[in-house]
Amino acid sequence: MIEFISSLGLPAAVETVVIILVKAVAILAPLLLAVAYYTFAERKVLNYFQARVGPLHIGPRGLLTPIADAIKMLFKEIIIPTGANRFLFLLAPLLAFGPAIAAWAVIPFDYDLYATDINAALLYVLALTSFSVYGIIIAGWASNSKYPFLGAMRSAAQVVSYELAMGFALVGVIMAGQSLNLREIVIAQQGGIWMWFWLPLLPLFVIYFISGLAETNRPPFDLAEGESEIVAGYQVEYSGISFGLFFMAEYANMILISLLTSLMFLGGWLSPFEGIPNLEEWFAWVPGVVWLLLKTAFFMLLFLWVRATFPRYRYDQLMRLGWKVLIPITIAWLVILGGAIVAEVGPWFD
Amino acid sequence: MAFEQIIFYFFSAMVLLAGVMVITARNPVYAALFLVMAFFSSSALWLLLEAEFLAITLVLVYVGAVMVLFLFVVMMLDINLVALREGFMRYLPVGALVAISVIAMMTMVVGPEFADFPIPERKGPEYNNTAELGRILYTEYVYPFELAAVILVVAIVAAIALTLRRRPMVRKQNPDQQVSVRKEERVRIVKMDVEKR
Repeated sequence: MIEFISSLGLPAAVETVVIILVKAVAILAPLLLAVAYYTFAERKVLNYFQARVGPLHIGPRGLLTPIADAIKMLFKEIIIPTGANRFLFLLAPLLAFGPAIAAWAVIPFDYDLYATDINAALLYVLALTSFSVYGIIIAGWASNSKYPFLGAMRSAAQVVSYELAMGFALVGVIMAGQSLNLREIVIAQQGGIWMWFWLPLLPLFVIYFISGLAETNRPPFDLAEGESEIVAGYQVEYSGISFGLFFMAEYANMILISLLTSLMFLGGWLSPFEGIPNLEEWFAWVPGVVWLLLKTAFFMLLFLWVRATFPRYRYDQLMRLGWKVLIPITIAWLVILGGAIVAEVGPWFD
Repeated sequence: MAFEQIIFYFFSAMVLLAGVMVITARNPVYAALFLVMAFFSSSALWLLLEAEFLAITLVLVYVGAVMVLFLFVVMMLDINLVALREGFMRYLPVGALVAISVIAMMTMVVGPEFADFPIPERKGPEYNNTAELGRILYTEYVYPFELAAVILVVAIVAAIALTLRRRPMVRKQNPDQQVSVRKEERVRIVKMDVEKR
């Protein structure tokens, strides 16, 4: 593709822009499709958990439901409350959606399949996921309404608290992988399923996923929405596509967290059969990106599974879990990990 | 180089504009958001200097954490900025004095030696600013670095100690007790014979 663009003989600046655009489309188009069908999968999976059948009627086996939902959202009227701050009210969905999409720029999908390969990729992702809370806070404030404001306040405190646990878990990954670069972190996990970081970093792995649930405002940590107490939290006043953007941002973030978890703890695109005789050769033809997507799909299912299983946390329990349970465990494990790296404990750190 | 200069001037203008708007904005929430914009633009300027670690950390720490808490407070307080501005003319000379002394100090620190500072050379794609920073911090400046860490810890402990107050009359739940409840303490299973209607 890139050779084809260079063969067109465009001016250098235009060529760069065209290549960047092509890369962006190549990531965004599958991502948006995945977001659409993730919402469908969520409804189906939750329904099966509850012994129901879920959406059936639009398209064969209900498969066109997300398309119909998208069309419905696009054509619905966007209602702006009279007391709302018009500019910020409309800016908030964009601030939620933008970072959720921009974080995908640094994700490597295979050994040589990535849009950009930057040194501080992990920090970049962390910075952008922390920025996505602005959409929620501004939405809550600009709506000039009580329930959205309560939702925004809850979300702000929650995201800042869980970001610490998440950041500490990432510090462990950085220490084990000796790099901030996502590709190098995956390469450092080479050597079979026991070399992947989920084993030496087991507590951090679990904590990262729990913080991921909290960062994306998913059940059991969805107090920002909390429909039984504050209706739908920060989304109350939003309708049509302005609500749709929040919705899409949430699902894009969930997929991103799933993908990052599989990159950092489950060896990314590495085959799970590496180092096992016979099995390794039989599955050698499978491209790495398939393994990565399978692992990601598992975590995406886990998001839905957790939603179907656990009741919502109470707010003080949420804060206690974040500050008094998760953060001390991560700090303790970082100390242990540092000792293990200095002592060159095998087979991971020798 | 021309394209980079355009980017540089664009983000420099954004920093200045956002900085002015932070002070002049009537709405405190807007002021806080303009401060976020200023952070973003200066982070872009640092990226141009190949200092990607500092640039991203600026966004992560200031935009992602500090300003979120700031907005949190500003939104809840409902500050009236007009009332705050009342003494503007009275405080103007003091403000001007502080501004002038800050500018004077900065010129004394960075001025004479760096007046004709050579344009820093591009390090190329292999240069890793993050690794360089880490190496210097943990070798050459390891003691000042650890000292700074200790000072920060002391500040944290002090801040927590200042806000800590005991309220003896408040009823609190003890989550440990709640979690360690056994079935036998709460549930009594009654076996009954089926009765005839």
